[in-house]
Amino acid sequence: MITFWVLAPIMVLAALGMLFARKAVHAALLLAVVMISLAVLYAALEAPFLFAVQIIVYTGAILMLFLFVLMLVGVDASDSVVETIKGQRPLAIFTGLLLGIILVLGLSQLSLGASANLDAANDPGNVPALANIIFSRYVLAFEITSSLLITAAVGAMVLAHRERLTPKATQADLAAKRMRDFADKGTHPGPLPAPGVYARHNAVDTPALLPDGTAAESSVSRVLAARGTVRSAPAMAEDIEELKRQLGVEPSGPARPASAEPVDDLADRPADPSRTDDPDSNHGGGAQS
Amino acid sequence: MTEYIVLSSILFTIGAVGVLVRRNAIVVFMCVELMLNACNLALVAFAKQHGNLEGQVAAFFVMVVAAAEVVIGLAIIMTIFRARRSASVDDASLLKF
Repeated sequence: MITFWVLAPIMVLAALGMLFARKAVHAALLLAVVMISLAVLYAALEAPFLFAVQIIVYTGAILMLFLFVLMLVGVDASDSVVETIKGQRPLAIFTGLLLGIILVLGLSQLSLGASANLDAANDPGNVPALANIIFSRYVLAFEITSSLLITAAVGAMVLAHRERLTPKATQADLAAKRMRDFADKGTHPGPLPAPGVYARHNAVDTPALLPDGTAAESSVSRVLAARGTVRSAPAMAEDIEELKRQLGVEPSGPARPASAEPVDDLADRPADPSRTDDPDSNHGGGAQS
Repeated sequence: MTEYIVLSSILFTIGAVGVLVRRNAIVVFMCVELMLNACNLALVAFAKQHGNLEGQVAAFFVMVVAAAEVVIGLAIIMTIFRARRSASVDDASLLKF
C-alpha cells in the first residue's frame, strides 16, 4: 500500500504534466515516469511478468519509438495554441472533468471487499501460470495477435518506404560531375581541405590557415558555418599566444634550440626510445597536461 | 483495491482530455497510450481482486495490440509530416492534398 500512495501522486502529476507540457519531448519523458511507476505497481499487484513486459515493451520499445519519431519530426516542434474550432478547448476540459468526477465518485462508492490471494493462481510461478492460460484457452487470440504483429511490421515498412524518383548517383557519375564543374566553373576537383586541427581542442570548428595566413572557409563543415559556431583564425592565434604565456615561453619568440627545452613537463612520460623527433613538436601535448 | 481503480480512472480521464486538447499528433498519440496503460492497471488490479490470472492475460494482449498500433500510427505520422512538414492534427484535416 505504501508503494501505491507514494507512486499515485507522482503518476497523476506526471500525467497532468503531459497535458501542460509545451514541448513534445517533455511529454514523452513524463509518460516514461508514468509507465515506470505503473510497472512498479504491477510488481506490487503480484504480476511480475507484466512488470517486466511493461518495462521492456512500453518504456523500452514504444517510448523509444516515440522519441525517435520526435527526433525525426524536430525536437522543438512545439504545440500551437491557436483554437481552430471555437470553444472546443473549454468544452473538452469541461467534458473531461465531468467524466473524471463521475468515474471517481462512482468508483469510490464501490466496496470490493478483501482482495483474493493470487498465490493459488500463481501456483507453478507467474510466468508458467500465464503461459498455461495463453496457450490453452486464449491460443486463438494469441495466433491472431501474431498475425497482427506481422501486419503491423509490413504496414510500417510500406508506409515508411519511399520510391526513388531519380536513379542513384554512382561513383562514376559523381567523378564525372566533379570534372564537369572544374571545366565549367573552375571548382577545385580534389577533396576539400581538412579543418585546422590544433593541439588545444578538437578543432573541426576551426578553419585551416592558408599559407598567407587567411582562413580557408571551405575547410569547415557548412552545418557549423550555418550555426555560427566557427572559430575565427585570429581568435585561434590569441589562444596560442595565451598558451605560450601560460607555459612560460616568450610570446611569438623564435623556436628555441633543443638543448633549452624544459624537461619537467615531459618527465612523467614513459621513456620512448623510438622518439627522435624535435622536442618543439611536444609543445601542444605539454599544454594539455 | 478500490484506490487502484480510482487511480486508473483518473489516468484515463487525463488521457482523454489530452486527446481532445492537444494539437501535436505525437502528443495525442502519447495520451492514447496513457489511456491504454490506465486500462491495463484496472485489469491487473481486478486480476488481483478476483484471484485469477485472466486479467493479467488481457493486459498482456492489450500491450501487444498497443505495440502494433504505435508502430502503424507513428509511421502514418511520419508520412503526414513528410508530405506537409507539420505534425499538427489540424493540418491533416483533409486526407488529400
